[in-house]
Amino acid sequence: MRTQNIHHIQLVLKDRVFDVAGVRVREDARKYLHIETGGVKSAKIFALLDDLTPQQVHDFANLSLKDKILHDVFINELYTNPAYASYILISKLPGVTDDEGVSAQKAWCDLFNVPFDYSRQWIFAQEMYYIKNDLSAGDLQAIAEELLGNPLIHHFEYGRFEGTITYLPTVHIEAEISNKTVDIFVDDDALLRLSKDMLLALDLNEMQAIQKYYRDEKVRTQRREAGLPELPTEMEIEVLAQTWSEHCKHKEFNALITYKDLDTGEEKQIDSLFKTYIQASTRLVQKRLEEKGNNWLLKVFSDNAGVVRIDKERVFIWKVETHNSPSALDPYGGALTGIVGVNRDPLGTGVGGGKLLFNTDVLCFGPPQYEGELLPGQLHPRRIMSGVVKGIEDGGNKSGIPTVNGAIIFDDRYRGKPLVFCGTGAVMPSRYNGKPSWEKRIDPGDRIVMAGGRVGKDGIHGATFSSLEIDEHSPRSAVQIGSPITQKNLSDFMEKAVRAGLIKASTDNGAGGLSSSIGELATIPNGAVVLLDKVPLKYAGLQPWEIFVSESQERMTFVVEEDKMEALFALAADFEVELSDIGWFTDSGFLDVRYSGQKMGYLHLDFLHDGVPKKKMQAEWRRPRLSEPILPKAIDYNDMLRRLMGSLNICSRETVVRRYDHEVKGKSIVKPLMGAQGAAPQDAAVMRLGFDSYAGLAIANGIMPRYGDIDAYQMSAGSFDEAVRSIVAVGGRLPDPENEENIFWSVNDNFCVPDSLYHPQTNPDGKYKLAQLVRMNEALYDMAVFFNIPMTSGKDSMKNDFIREGVKISVPPTILYSMVAKMPDVRRAVTADFKQAGDLIYLVGQTYDELGASEFYHLLGELGANVPRVRKEDALRIYRKMNAAHEKSLLVSAHDLAEGGLAVALTEALFGDGTLGADININDDSLPPHVWLFSESHSRFVVSIDPQDREVFERLFGEDAVFLGEVRNNGLLTVRCSGKEVIRQKTTELLDVWRSGLEF
Amino acid sequence: MKTVRSLVITGFGINCEEEMGAACTLAGAQADIVHLNQILHERVSIHEYDLLNFPGGFSFGDDLGSAKVLGNKIKFRQTESGKKLLNELERFLSDGKYIIGVCNGFQALVKMGLLPNIGGRFEQEVTLTYNDSGRFEDRWVKLRVNKNSPTPFLKGLQTFDVPVRHGEGKLLFADEEVRRKVIEKNLNCLSYADSDGNPTAEYPFNPNGSELNCAGLTDPGGQVFGLMPHPEAYLSLYNHPDWARRKRQNPGISEEGEGLKIFRNIVEYIGEKYVE
Repeated sequence: MRTQNIHHIQLVLKDRVFDVAGVRVREDARKYLHIETGGVKSAKIFALLDDLTPQQVHDFANLSLKDKILHDVFINELYTNPAYASYILISKLPGVTDDEGVSAQKAWCDLFNVPFDYSRQWIFAQEMYYIKNDLSAGDLQAIAEELLGNPLIHHFEYGRFEGTITYLPTVHIEAEISNKTVDIFVDDDALLRLSKDMLLALDLNEMQAIQKYYRDEKVRTQRREAGLPELPTEMEIEVLAQTWSEHCKHKEFNALITYKDLDTGEEKQIDSLFKTYIQASTRLVQKRLEEKGNNWLLKVFSDNAGVVRIDKERVFIWKVETHNSPSALDPYGGALTGIVGVNRDPLGTGVGGGKLLFNTDVLCFGPPQYEGELLPGQLHPRRIMSGVVKGIEDGGNKSGIPTVNGAIIFDDRYRGKPLVFCGTGAVMPSRYNGKPSWEKRIDPGDRIVMAGGRVGKDGIHGATFSSLEIDEHSPRSAVQIGSPITQKNLSDFMEKAVRAGLIKASTDNGAGGLSSSIGELATIPNGAVVLLDKVPLKYAGLQPWEIFVSESQERMTFVVEEDKMEALFALAADFEVELSDIGWFTDSGFLDVRYSGQKMGYLHLDFLHDGVPKKKMQAEWRRPRLSEPILPKAIDYNDMLRRLMGSLNICSRETVVRRYDHEVKGKSIVKPLMGAQGAAPQDAAVMRLGFDSYAGLAIANGIMPRYGDIDAYQMSAGSFDEAVRSIVAVGGRLPDPENEENIFWSVNDNFCVPDSLYHPQTNPDGKYKLAQLVRMNEALYDMAVFFNIPMTSGKDSMKNDFIREGVKISVPPTILYSMVAKMPDVRRAVTADFKQAGDLIYLVGQTYDELGASEFYHLLGELGANVPRVRKEDALRIYRKMNAAHEKSLLVSAHDLAEGGLAVALTEALFGDGTLGADININDDSLPPHVWLFSESHSRFVVSIDPQDREVFERLFGEDAVFLGEVRNNGLLTVRCSGKEVIRQKTTELLDVWRSGLEF
Repeated sequence: MKTVRSLVITGFGINCEEEMGAACTLAGAQADIVHLNQILHERVSIHEYDLLNFPGGFSFGDDLGSAKVLGNKIKFRQTESGKKLLNELERFLSDGKYIIGVCNGFQALVKMGLLPNIGGRFEQEVTLTYNDSGRFEDRWVKLRVNKNSPTPFLKGLQTFDVPVRHGEGKLLFADEEVRRKVIEKNLNCLSYADSDGNPTAEYPFNPNGSELNCAGLTDPGGQVFGLMPHPEAYLSLYNHPDWARRKRQNPGISEEGEGLKIFRNIVEYIGEKYVE
């Protein structure tokens, strides 16, 4: 340790101030750990590591840090109190983002009027909790590790407080810059060993392809002439492994698949799921649209996010992706990094600098009340959920981006790995200085500029980093904590810089870091030279290859014309954004990576991007042998409805939703909860785009993983339908190539599946899982081309299994469709809840005996067999009628039917105002009451209309709408089936049950 | 009437500048959104403006406490020519001009001592800290206007709905003396109210546990006004969570949001002052 002075400044809450954090720890310790603390007092410590005068420290503590109404200040002599027998100190581990420390440094610079130094962290924030009871080390450890922090990112001290602390998360690495060569001219066994030892995650075919490249005579000559060794350098191998990773190249989605249907004996070859289903469907839709003059589909499947045209002046950019593995390790950091990470995709599309309009989040967790065993390294579902929710909260709220729509799905199989889908939509001017904003133009000679955060060891080799290699001063690389505030400054700056014409193109640094961002940009002019010694580091001691592949957050890469450099750097200084000139583009055909003048890597771009060999995979489908359950003779519908309303997958998400700012920017029109008491759940979100007009968007998500237990095709089709009908409910119009309306739809498909690569020992049902994936893709194709709704972007996450001690917990195959459609006038949006007594209630759409995988069967402990099927032709007819009803302003409310079917949708529609009730009569006995009430058949809505529109409405819908009854002001839901009353419940009581289902 | 010039400060994590600018524009002012460094670097002078807006957001991530670093920057960081922005704000006010702060902006005004400023020395007298719930919350609340409060921002308003979106909105007074004077001078211009419009300490109507159920403050001269809820997020009827029912029950309802009234009030007031 260097011999610098350490000063500690401690802020302790005055006794008169309610200690929210302390009370939270006391209550959570009691509730979740059954530990009685006797009372907890919280304090904050800032450790200052520099040669400072006592006066400076005193002034800083009292003028910059202390709130005189809240705090007592202690300098170097920390607060002690005999009433508190134990303490816990929480510090970040070396290299973990410490925004509070950085902000304190900025406050220091403001106080003493000195410039901020990006190069060094010297103030570290720590948290301290004083605990009254004399707790055992085990109890303190439990509180520290299970409530307050995570050993992957925090350092803990606990016990009896003696008045001093010593730990400081400074980073020391002893390393000499090197660029070893890797002997790849070895036999197959040695190749595989090499892949394993270097954590490359490449299989034998891929290793052989690399070997072959380096044996090629032409390559050997080129390398000799360029001054590189014959063998690959460490840098080159790492760059290839990054670029060829499943994450970047989607090898399984591009594999050659042999698909056998064991029920019919049919067999077919699928050459790339991506090309066959996703790309082909969108190309077909695009062709149909463009033949009729609808040219809103501007950019698909290339760049960081898809782009569609809103109108002459604006384009819309939309990306949804997952952050599952990091969220399993550190839920808070994983989700936070997920959301700020996906923000950078629309930000770095085309020229870049789009204005981020909204976030969405869809989360899949294990049940929070899970009481079973946990495997080593497995976090409790409640903890995963609270961490993820906090991450989404901070990621969105601190960036000033409203979180407007989402879903939470609970299933026992998500308790190994949660699924965390993060999405961001943005609006960009369609032209910058007369040129299309969504295009990336790069010419040889253009400079490469890195912007934003500095580079550390973050994310290098991710979770596979062995614990043996980590000592207490190693920076943590497996888990990252994003810094929304760093990124907010960066995005504010980008918005100005692109509008001033200073940035020619941009992209984000995410997976694979600079190697991936520059590697991809370099394909446009066909070459790049990168000077890694020009990249600013968080701390010294990184190897050049580490600098190149590091995934440190909050960074963008810009393409800048030489003559714009000066102006760009001046603007950046104003925004306090750090920029570095780290190279230039060429047309050499090579990615040329240098450090201090020496060539460290020299790879042919064609090989880097197209050299990865095609995978071959096997799929086998056999329809699961399932049957319908025998139901109890007498069903208590009142009880069933109450239990459904309080069940995990149906109950209110208010405890989560209120923690997300869903209306910053002032453009949110249909929010997650609406109505007089702000309690009524909605289908799609609706936002306006600006304050000068009411043009806007509808945003919705469709996901229903449990249906896949019966049929993955219907699960995928149903999820697609759910997103479409949510948008139709609020008033979105379907695309119609026959009419030149230019109403865009933009869809992100996100596949999250368990390992689907067959292996006789480790993955014996891999062929079935792959068949499920194929069927999900088939449904995607069928739905997309039928409705003319194109995929504009998407992602796949292929290995969602948690394996420890021989136990494997795999997620159910899951697909999320995230859709956005243009709404010409958001004032015409229709919300889901009933508005006024006397309005007439109808069920729109056809109901079938389809309770397979329904919430109703789930309550009875059954799966069933009759999974809801999407009947596309019927759906289209019904949606067109809904579109017409919206056009004629016939609908007062419209709510789509989903989990829990008609009974749940009717109940939810009452939550707009607790004084409302509904009198419902179902006079069709072709289906039994439980089917009418709880079937989850697709493409249906509960709507209400003004009684004076009855005739027009019934004429429009014909047999597609069934009259159900009337909205009342008696606060009572009554349902009669063929004259017999089956449900009689007070609205407020149903609301209470529904609102208290998810406390955490 | 002269055009009222309104300056909306942004940067460092402020994130409600766009709707704040829109509020001023819709109210008839000419609004400029300017990064704080443009002012510190003396490329923009606040004295060219009549109304200064501190919008909401998470300046510096609210590290060290909400708006603490932002407030410190304005207090301590010297401008290009060695002035301190806080002194410039004092001059701005002594010229008879107006300042509004919302959410994070209100927190900054409080921590810099611009509100309530009973002593007139720009020293901190109240603070805003963590909600009793311990959580950030986004919900709509009803506010009751103190009819005796001296600020033109609230002229003609009795109760109105607005969203709160904060984790640190609990208002605490430094001591009994400050509390007493705030009441005496009617500086607690806004209170959280129940659905009947009566001030209440009951959660969630009072979302954070503020003393005096206080949602907003003014200085004794009525020139500085700050509040935790977001009037700039209610510029249009369609921002209200119950807009669809209100429209169903009253098809002719105005499309203007109640939050806009505050901005109309001040722009009109300043405009009329110039006529005088």
